[in-house]
Amino acid sequence: MAYTLEGRTGTWEVVCGLEIHAQVISESKLFSGASATYGGAPNAHVSFVDAGFPGMLPVINKECVAQAVRTGLGLKAQINLFSRFDRKNYFYADLPNGYQISQFAHPIVGTGQVEIELQDGTIKHIGITRLHLEQDAGKSMHDQHASKSVIDLNRAGVALMEIVSEPDIRSPEEAGAYLRKIRQIVRYLGTCDGNMEEGSMRADVNVSVRKAGEEFRTRCEIKNVNSVRFVMHAVETEAIRQIEVWESGGEVVQETRLYDPSKGETRSMRSKEDAHDYRYFPEPDLLPLVLEQEWVDALAAKLPELPDEKRRRFCEQYGIPFYDAGVLVADQATADFYETVAKGRDGKLAANWISGDFFAAMNRTGKSIENPPVSAADLGALLDLIADKTINGRIAKDVFEEMVETGKAPGAIVEEKGLRQVTDTGAIDAAVTKVLADNADKVAEYKSGKDKLFGFFVGQVMKAMQGKGNPALVNEAVKKQLG
Amino acid sequence: MSIFDLTIAGAAKELAARKVSAVELVTAYNGAVEALNPRLNAYITVTPELALAQAKQADARIAAGNATPLTGIPLAMKDLFCTEGVRTTAASKILEPFVPQYESTVSAQLKAAGAVMLGKANLDEFAMGSSNITSGYGPVENPWKRAGADAKLVPGGSSGGSAAAVAARIALGATGTDTGGSIRQPAAFTGLAGIKPTYGRCSRYGIIAFASSLDQAGPMARNVEDCALMLNAMAGFDVKDSTSAERAVPDFCAALNRGVKGLRIGIPAEYRMDGTNPEIVALWEKGISWLRAQGAEIVDISLPHTKYGLAVYYIVAPAEASSNLARYDGVRFGARVDGVDLIDMYERTRAAGFGAEVKRRIMIGTYVLSHGYYDAYYLKAQKVRNLMLRDFTQAFAKVDAILTPTAPSAAFGLGEKMDDPVTMYLNDVFTVPASLAGVPAMSVPAGLSAEGLPLGLQIIGRHFDEETVFAVSAAIEKAAGFTALPEVRAK
Repeated sequence: MAYTLEGRTGTWEVVCGLEIHAQVISESKLFSGASATYGGAPNAHVSFVDAGFPGMLPVINKECVAQAVRTGLGLKAQINLFSRFDRKNYFYADLPNGYQISQFAHPIVGTGQVEIELQDGTIKHIGITRLHLEQDAGKSMHDQHASKSVIDLNRAGVALMEIVSEPDIRSPEEAGAYLRKIRQIVRYLGTCDGNMEEGSMRADVNVSVRKAGEEFRTRCEIKNVNSVRFVMHAVETEAIRQIEVWESGGEVVQETRLYDPSKGETRSMRSKEDAHDYRYFPEPDLLPLVLEQEWVDALAAKLPELPDEKRRRFCEQYGIPFYDAGVLVADQATADFYETVAKGRDGKLAANWISGDFFAAMNRTGKSIENPPVSAADLGALLDLIADKTINGRIAKDVFEEMVETGKAPGAIVEEKGLRQVTDTGAIDAAVTKVLADNADKVAEYKSGKDKLFGFFVGQVMKAMQGKGNPALVNEAVKKQLG
Repeated sequence: MSIFDLTIAGAAKELAARKVSAVELVTAYNGAVEALNPRLNAYITVTPELALAQAKQADARIAAGNATPLTGIPLAMKDLFCTEGVRTTAASKILEPFVPQYESTVSAQLKAAGAVMLGKANLDEFAMGSSNITSGYGPVENPWKRAGADAKLVPGGSSGGSAAAVAARIALGATGTDTGGSIRQPAAFTGLAGIKPTYGRCSRYGIIAFASSLDQAGPMARNVEDCALMLNAMAGFDVKDSTSAERAVPDFCAALNRGVKGLRIGIPAEYRMDGTNPEIVALWEKGISWLRAQGAEIVDISLPHTKYGLAVYYIVAPAEASSNLARYDGVRFGARVDGVDLIDMYERTRAAGFGAEVKRRIMIGTYVLSHGYYDAYYLKAQKVRNLMLRDFTQAFAKVDAILTPTAPSAAFGLGEKMDDPVTMYLNDVFTVPASLAGVPAMSVPAGLSAEGLPLGLQIIGRHFDEETVFAVSAAIEKAAGFTALPEVRAK
């Protein structure tokens, strides 16, 4: 069911597009050799180029270009072999040159698309308009001094990728799913860490509303929203505000708005009339960026497998359900963990163990996939013990808990505690004989038709064998002796 | 013969032969600077102690036998080149307190060659001007005088301080920068040789930007050979400037004696403009006959878009300047005038820091890039610029070099041509096309006006063919036999 909002005058549809600013993972900044590392003392990572000193010139960082191309390839987008930098001119204290070097007319990446999956399992495609490279600005802080503002230029000049979507998003859920998907892709590619709390990924959200069948109405842009939840909420709250404006006879004006997460509302930042005239023109300090197809091809050849492909492969290769595969490919580390466990083993069993006992243990112990409660190798070894019938599934659960607690290898635990499964039919037969003899009354009841008691006998035998009996052999022996 | 009569090449020989030491040479120049600079105002900042220290190092280097032709040679550095630890102002009040912590590539290369810096030469503010009257540190006086008159004349601009210093012999050579004629026109006004190399030949790193797509460093000196010696040291690829050319630098001195025999020299019809000073036209004719006499073939050519040159230049250069000068905001370096808030601080700082011509060009540039005007002005200018480049490309299919006058007149008086900025802009009419096309061009002193002022001829060459430009310039120089000297000079 399509997402709509009910107003006084009828049903409204939400139209949304996202501009995601993703900070490029690179050693140094887009146009200078200064470190692009997050943090550090204020103004510790600033070169004369970043600070816009007289006579300083930008020099493109090839690694940042490669990262943008990798991201473009990951978005199934067109890579433009010719692109160009432009200057976007405006004055602000944390913009040292008085212009931002960006790509306006000729972005490095053109149209592409990504696949998102909604709660109900629907798959939808969201178009990518473009991706371009630009430099980040510094940070102004106005609350550090009674009468002065302070400026930290550590971030000034760090490479950003601006990923612009088509206005294909129709609900807060889609907006959230799209943002998560972009984050997943860039994390897989290693081109952006996607940490929205640190500001290395943030979104400008364009929202408008319309009645069914209408053309697009005026949109507003909500700047710098920094979490998936906030983006989803901003879409909803801004849509509701616009509906109210339209329905009360007003007109939505094109403007830039701010989302205030503490109040859960958007408010006007500047209107179209106050909008900057950025006076874009080609950056004369840089030559056009010309890429060779062979270079792009080489990057493409080394691209890691992306989540959508990996998910489909997991389904095919390991025979696991589409949903389960989605959980396992959520991030690269989990997917790698799964593959290490599943390779050469029962893929379904591996998936069940990871999404069941393993995730539960990870949450319980507060650990992560990078620092797991049980290593992939140990979990694999545990599955091997089940497969070669050294232990049965029930004992395996106990062994697993012991592994979480002690960090010991499963084989060692099994030996130490004597948990090896008994497959000696003589021993099993003896145990069955004893249980049946001890429970003659129940045997009589069984024989008079109380079939359910079969499970009781099996349970008693397992108990007598401290759970170590091979379940299939125990079943068989009980059946045989009951005649 | 006085020590001030030596050229760079001559001084290098004397130094190598130990007939004079670098300390002696530099001490003499320091003294001349001290004596004449108060009058000429050719330097904004003088660095005599630094010069002497560099001279001592130069002597040690000469003694060690690893000198270059520039080791120990005292030069003036246009105050647009950032020099580490030495105040660099671009002749603007907004940079009055600015001392760079880095060195421009060109000045660093000269330093590495052992050249000595006497001081930072005056210029038009941010290199915007053709007479050096827009400097925030006062105008420069041209050492030349009209015969029998004492009126102060301008040295041209923007490299007017560099020109006056070399002409008055208070520097042996000087660096200049040329955006629309800022090396060639002042060279012509002061009887010097000066070359604007191909765009990309010298690194722009550390040169305070005026118009990035046009700015190019070059030498100004007493003769063509000295320019070649200096350019040898100044040129070369620099990873720090993406627009510098990754190609080998030939030995420009080797081209000086090639001669012009068999060369085809183009004479562009469009440079014969109505109302051009007949003296200038006559000098041009002389230049043509000199080259013909030395065996060159003279070819009439057409550069059809020449008439748009000034209009294009005064759109493109201010557009880039308006953006390049945005960084002078009082926040991080230079002068600041406090205000009630950020915008107020910007406005007060920039109102106080920039002079009238700079403000005018920032406004022109902002206007031509504005929404709604961009296509009509900036974009159209870029298209015409491409056509002008094509003019040159087509011409250079037929000729090896082009000969034109450098400037439409001799040096004019301080205070003349002040009523209308456009009159001033017309000074650049012959120099701007080569700048827009990025081709190398040199001005050579070729004669005197009836009033006894030097006049220059301009030689334009193909991209990265400075060698032919040097060869033709040397031929003109030889034929012209220009030996006149300015009235004000170190003796």
